Amino acid sequence: MAEGKIRILVAKPGLDGHDRGAKVVARGLRDAGFEVIYTGLHQTPEMIARAALDEDVDAVGISIMSGAHLTLMPRIVELLKAQGQAEVAVFGGGVIPEDDHPALFKAGIKQVFTPGASIADIVTWVRQNVRPQV
Amino acid sequence: MSQSPRAPSVNATSSHLSHATKGLVTQSGLPLLPLYEPEGGAQASLGRPGEFPFTRGVYETMYRGRPWTMRMFAGFGTPAQTNARFRALLAKGQTGLSTAFDMPTLMGRDPDDPQALGEVGREGVAIATAADMVRLFDGIALNQVSTSMTVNASASVVLAFYVLAAEAQGTKPAELRGTIQNDMLKEFIAQKEWVTGVRPSLRIIGDMMAYTSRAMPLFHPISISGYHIREAGATAVQELAFTLADGIGYVQCGLAAGLEVDAFAPRLSFFFDIHNDFFEEIAKLRAARRIWARVMRERFHAQEPKSWLLRTHCQTAGVSLTAQQPLNNVARVALQALAAVLGGTQSLHTNSLDETYALPTEEAATVALRTQQIIADETGVAKVADPLGGSWFIESLTDQMEAQALRIMAHIDQMGGIVEAVEQGYPQREIGNSAYEFQKRIERQEEVVVGVNRYTQAEQSRIPTLAIAPDVEREQIERVRAARAARNAESANKALEAVRDACQSGENLMPRLVEAGRVGCTLGELCGVYRSVFGEYRDPGGF
Repeated sequence: MAEGKIRILVAKPGLDGHDRGAKVVARGLRDAGFEVIYTGLHQTPEMIARAALDEDVDAVGISIMSGAHLTLMPRIVELLKAQGQAEVAVFGGGVIPEDDHPALFKAGIKQVFTPGASIADIVTWVRQNVRPQV
Repeated sequence: MSQSPRAPSVNATSSHLSHATKGLVTQSGLPLLPLYEPEGGAQASLGRPGEFPFTRGVYETMYRGRPWTMRMFAGFGTPAQTNARFRALLAKGQTGLSTAFDMPTLMGRDPDDPQALGEVGREGVAIATAADMVRLFDGIALNQVSTSMTVNASASVVLAFYVLAAEAQGTKPAELRGTIQNDMLKEFIAQKEWVTGVRPSLRIIGDMMAYTSRAMPLFHPISISGYHIREAGATAVQELAFTLADGIGYVQCGLAAGLEVDAFAPRLSFFFDIHNDFFEEIAKLRAARRIWARVMRERFHAQEPKSWLLRTHCQTAGVSLTAQQPLNNVARVALQALAAVLGGTQSLHTNSLDETYALPTEEAATVALRTQQIIADETGVAKVADPLGGSWFIESLTDQMEAQALRIMAHIDQMGGIVEAVEQGYPQREIGNSAYEFQKRIERQEEVVVGVNRYTQAEQSRIPTLAIAPDVEREQIERVRAARAARNAESANKALEAVRDACQSGENLMPRLVEAGRVGCTLGELCGVYRSVFGEYRDPGGF
């Protein structure tokens, strides 16, 4: 790719240990040519925001299977904004009912991928919606 | 229905015969034997049902003698809300209870722990005190029903609370029937809910095995689980191999705790996933029984035939369900459940059609239970033991599954055993690779997922989903804080110290945990003792 490499933080907030999706997506994004950093499990929103700053990422992909998405995802967006990373694209995926999507979009989450989403869909979305910093 | 005058006379005399041996017939009235086998008797590698090596099932009469237990995994919100769901399921004909706990409970955190933020009661029921456990089983006689509890890292504390809940009903530990999952090896391998590291976790499990073998002889102190290994991405062969290797690890753990193999082996139970590949799943259960019987008899020299039995719970594959066209999930679950029954499971959970969105609604959970009842009572498949036994295809597939699994198990032995293998991340890496390969096969359309990569449709059918009220978290926080304020602080501190001492001295933890629960120590405090004495385990990361 001619453009600079997009850096993505794949994050696993909360106590939820279901990391199959996060790891598969992380590998898929890496194989698509992005730089990927994975937080590992059981991260607080504060730890995730800190990692986003330290790693100077362009996007944060949040995987959540525990039903705590309405609490944890908006909190991560808030923390990013507060530390001057308002332009970082936050997206997510997991067991997230459609009825909850509008509230997440309103809170600043840019896209939600539900089970069955392909790596190709996620890669395409990242290419269209995330710009590397200059 | 009118009866043909030429219907077999066995019907007229069936009341004289036990359910297990009475003549059953097809819908056309053809007689059905309890078992079919080749002329000249059973092959040695198969045995008859109930005979070594149990390829054809663990009981002689299988479902004619004892139908499988229909056990629906349930839990959400407050103990009172889950209690209501339990009662509803029992009223609808469910035959055993199965408890889902929320993430904070599974990770040994109280509802007011900052790390529990947003997760209280969301993925299961929130239990922080023995009093919560009393409420969970309110009005359900624990000496009558068998209870399964899916909890691992904090299982020792939950078991202590369960003993106290029974005590509050006047039931002794010795009367309690059920299972606590308590399989930490598969947590490090796949499910990733932990408190402390691999070796201290195994020490705690050893204490629980010793305690239950003495005080709770009807209770299964561990359910050796392939389910999570499979859901995390393992193939069926890997699931089989890693699960049985874990089983070997627990036998070694029991021996290390000073127990005789026959004192605890009959109480080990298993839990497998049943995915889409119909015949492979059936072969997997048959191979599992045969491998385990030989391991127990030949490797560990168990004398008691009950020690050779691999008795298992099964659950349909949550990971196979799709968010797209969600009603299709009913068909997937039905076929997977049928495979579990044809494979000879002892107990079964059927997933609900809405699980890719949220915890199941009562209606969705009812459809899943009814699916089992249709298989049991309408299809007739339960009338004959191991009905597919002797099929050239099934027997060949069973042999191949066995051979492949044994190869992986031998590799683990060469690494020094499952504990070393897990510490080196071997099963974890293998599973990660399989998960990624499977996803790539889906994307290349080599694996068909109906509604996802074939037969897709633009408009989606919307289904109702269960919402957990946000005030559950606040309620549970208030409840645990009130419980801490109301207890005798000195007794609670003393009890926590006694648990700390037992952690350090190696004395059995269980009696100390029961005492601590009795004086109001919370789950988070008790697991906090584990964290401070043994150290907290952290995800090594990587992908």
